[in-house]
Amino acid sequence: MEFKDYYAIMGVPREATAEQIKQAYRKLARKYHPDVSKEAEAEQRFKEVGEAYEVLRDPEKRAAYDQLGQGPRAGEEFRPPPDWGSGFEFRGASGAGGGDEGFAFEGDPSEFFETLFGRAGFGAAGAQAHHGHGRARNRGEDHHARVVIDLDATLEGATRTLTLRVPAMGEDGRPHLRDRTLNVRIPRGIQAGQHIRLAGQGSQSGGEGKPGDLYLEVQFAPHRLYRPEGRDLLLDLPVAPWEAALGATVTVPTPAGAVELKIPADSRAGTRLRLKGRGLPANPPGDLYAMLQIALPPADSPGAREAYRALATALPFDPRASFGA
Amino acid sequence: MATRQTEILVGQILEEEVTLTFDEVSGACAVARERIVELVEQGLLEPRAGADQRLGGDALRRARIALRLQRDLGVNAAGASLVVELLERIELLEARLRGRQ
Repeated sequence: MEFKDYYAIMGVPREATAEQIKQAYRKLARKYHPDVSKEAEAEQRFKEVGEAYEVLRDPEKRAAYDQLGQGPRAGEEFRPPPDWGSGFEFRGASGAGGGDEGFAFEGDPSEFFETLFGRAGFGAAGAQAHHGHGRARNRGEDHHARVVIDLDATLEGATRTLTLRVPAMGEDGRPHLRDRTLNVRIPRGIQAGQHIRLAGQGSQSGGEGKPGDLYLEVQFAPHRLYRPEGRDLLLDLPVAPWEAALGATVTVPTPAGAVELKIPADSRAGTRLRLKGRGLPANPPGDLYAMLQIALPPADSPGAREAYRALATALPFDPRASFGA
Repeated sequence: MATRQTEILVGQILEEEVTLTFDEVSGACAVARERIVELVEQGLLEPRAGADQRLGGDALRRARIALRLQRDLGVNAAGASLVVELLERIELLEARLRGRQ
């Protein structure tokens, strides 16, 4: 079993005061909170920090933990001493000693923690406060997953095969991840960040109640043409300099099929032209915005270079006039 | 929970096609109803227009995050509501930024 150095995890010295430990926890919790953090492996770190705090904030658990010393030397297996636990009386309700209202760590403690303090020692008071509703118990738990789908699926309302990793209890009584494959009809017009609710696809309830639901949060993989923004789609539309200058009618792809779009004369790069109702097929449908980009023909032949020179001679044009230098 | 390959699941868009009562949201979050009312009072969760006492489906996601922040970071309902709104703004701005790259 791996020894956990809770002081090192929290970045505090062994003689840190309760107040210092609490401060360190608050700071690390903000840094690694899975809802907030962009750090790699935030969730794993957050769990570690939560477990460390669960022990160090509680004077009884901390004193017991301190008895273990610094742990075994590197590479050695940790085994709790034979007299472990004697002379200490643990209260099941962890709020009693900690004095930090509202702290309730959820998740699976490490093997190290479980061996020393058992499962009951883990956020007991708080966990009850959060789960103590009979109503919620009658139903199986809801499951959540984030899925990345291609934009075409929402444009067409197509069916996609999704693979989710689900923790399931193994025969050895420990949770394992297993793959679960689902064929899901992607609702037409669903937007990034929205959720598909699949009724009854969560956990089975322990008793008579209904199974929970499965919620899929939709994200889109980058698309060849369109960038979704809510129900609208953005499309970069390259035009030739003369199309932008003189105006033109160009063919533009949209999810519902190509359309002819009129480019007004004297258009500039970055101009957004709106195609109403040509965005995601939501209700109401979104719009498609064509963002003009002026593409320069390459000057890769004597003829092309001659044409640019003729343009330069014909047009007195200073693109940096606004610099005033 | 085993699903045959051939079965096609059809769901609903939570944000558009689903409304939930306060009790459904509190039940799904496994907290007392008052905790949800508190988030409504903060304006984080808004009852659907024309449907008194019913919340849009997206209230569930916002409530879950706000409750986790309250539990883990020691912020109150007002602070958690602010964080959720700022997170959503960051997400929107980052999505725009990705689009420009």
